[in-house]
Amino acid sequence: MSPQIKRLQSYIGPEMAGPLAALIAVIIIFGFASPRFLSSATFGSVAFQLPELGLLSLAMMLPILTGGLNLAVTFTANIAGLTLAWTLLYFGGADAGPGAFIAGCFLALAVGALSGLIIGIVVAYTKAHPILVSLSMMIFVRGLGEFLTRGGDISGFPAFIQPLGHGSVAGIPIPLLVLCAGVAVWHIVLQKTKLGFNTYMIGSNIEAVRYSGINTRKVVILVYTLSGAMCAVAGIIMLSRFNSVRVGHGESYLLITVLACFLGGVNPFGGFGKVIPVFVALIVLQLLSSGLNLIGANQHLATAVWGILLLSVMVLRWVATHLTFINHKKSQGR
Amino acid sequence: MRKLVNSHATEVALLGVMLVIGMVLSLATDRFFTLGNLFDLLNTSAVNIIFAVGLLVVLISGGIDISFAVAASAVQYITALALGWIGGGNWAIGLIIAGSIGILFGMFNAFFIHYFRIISIVVTIATFNIYFGMLMFLTSGVSIYDLPDWLVTPVILFEHQSTDGTWSEITLPTLIMLGCVIATWFLISRTTTGRQIIAFGDNPEGARRFGINIAAMQFIAFGWLGLMSGIAGLVQAHYVQEVVPNALYGRELDVLAAVVLGGARLGGGRGTVLGCVLGVLLISTTQNSLNLMGVSSYAFKMIIGAIILAAITLSNSGIERLLPTLSKKGEAK
Repeated sequence: MSPQIKRLQSYIGPEMAGPLAALIAVIIIFGFASPRFLSSATFGSVAFQLPELGLLSLAMMLPILTGGLNLAVTFTANIAGLTLAWTLLYFGGADAGPGAFIAGCFLALAVGALSGLIIGIVVAYTKAHPILVSLSMMIFVRGLGEFLTRGGDISGFPAFIQPLGHGSVAGIPIPLLVLCAGVAVWHIVLQKTKLGFNTYMIGSNIEAVRYSGINTRKVVILVYTLSGAMCAVAGIIMLSRFNSVRVGHGESYLLITVLACFLGGVNPFGGFGKVIPVFVALIVLQLLSSGLNLIGANQHLATAVWGILLLSVMVLRWVATHLTFINHKKSQGR
Repeated sequence: MRKLVNSHATEVALLGVMLVIGMVLSLATDRFFTLGNLFDLLNTSAVNIIFAVGLLVVLISGGIDISFAVAASAVQYITALALGWIGGGNWAIGLIIAGSIGILFGMFNAFFIHYFRIISIVVTIATFNIYFGMLMFLTSGVSIYDLPDWLVTPVILFEHQSTDGTWSEITLPTLIMLGCVIATWFLISRTTTGRQIIAFGDNPEGARRFGINIAAMQFIAFGWLGLMSGIAGLVQAHYVQEVVPNALYGRELDVLAAVVLGGARLGGGRGTVLGCVLGVLLISTTQNSLNLMGVSSYAFKMIIGAIILAAITLSNSGIERLLPTLSKKGEAK
């Protein structure tokens, strides 16, 4: 194997094989099934639908890497979107200026980060199970949103926000650019910074990390705060896409984000997994959904197929390890 | 007595909280401490308690299940169709059909978990999407209102007219719930299988070396949850008198929160039926009391979420550490 390929392999990691194979399979299968599949229209629609799910999956990914889970992602995004919406309404609704929008975005990020911060503090200091902590946070945030909006939706935003959800730069949709920026930031954080290194280490063995003198509480709190902030970005994008905010928007994405992370090779127990394979897995999910749409099936069938895809990838991984007798204990986690 | 309190700290704490809520409410409102309200509480919590005791078994065995609520929706739908096809049936046939389809769904999860060594949260998130996606795709989201008469007629087992003329009644869901609770209690604490499930959840490798049949444990735990969710699905159809494909969607996380609030540990090996029932009842009592106090229903979830969050924080940070005098009475866990 030439050194370039080796370097490339170490760069993207062994987790890449599954999502990449799935991507190729999906493109080939639907390419044959529907002549219209391999068109710019398909990829255009994928590019517009990808960001919401993608940003939420990024938010889900960091906690999973530490061996946790953040079930509050969708409703944190909602509440952050609501924060932005109220800020805009406060400054005159449709007449609000760009300054109000920027202030609203900062407030939304702060609210998202705060939600993550609370989860992080409780998880770090009480050693309660993250599933449970984030679950109660989810119930709380959903309730808060329902209480404040009475279940209705909020709309009436200035027109200059719409390009953020629908516009494109040089043919690339702006939401996709935001997602790509998110992926890049996450990649750099995880691969190049001390925080990223500690995140992986905590997912592998939190006690060992603690004994080696690292402030694990600080890392856990930071991870959940970052996760909350990423939810806020998703919330802002969702606001500009739908041009309205309602508690429950994107609620059905919650378990799909977990699915996307696992499909992208993130270890459920934490410690292993990279951003790029998750990104590819997301593309696979959206391509599947668009492809099924093209051959006349609906979104619900796509949901079912996503589930089947996750199961088959897991089964294939099991088959692969048992056929080659390679000891993949590390990536298998059991 | 002290020993009992120490070994059942969660249950005692939950009972304490419920008594406090109960006392405050019976003073604050005249409606809370009536037979009618208590019976209402039981009738409305029946479905969630059936789900909860089923989930408890899976949690004790060290697994987790996200798919049971949508599996119950699928069971509901299939059972309703099957009953229409055989032209009616009765409660026994309904429960047998719903129960066995439920078990099949549970076994499907267990099959992947055991034979392909995929951890349960991954499998059940996948099956969650498969069941729900297929159900919505195949039914196009159409509800069934045309159910057999026996299924939609409320069955009143016990009724009582209080002095002011209001009727209070215990209905069939409560009885079925009691049956499920007792059966689960019996399974966990009175049978060898139950002890093996606890041992397996606590330490799978240790259990394997003891000669416990690991495959059987997985299939029994998930099969039991399947059975319970099948029954719960049918009871839900009876209670609301219709079958709506996405009615139970989203219930799984609420039930999970309630079960873990009741002292079951995510990760296995610990949990009691009493705690789990109290966990569900605490949440519905809170909801009920907020309702009686005239708090807007939009605020329910917010307050319940805050309560669960506070409960987790307090129980895990150790009440004995916050209140040093308590620590002499031993580890309150």
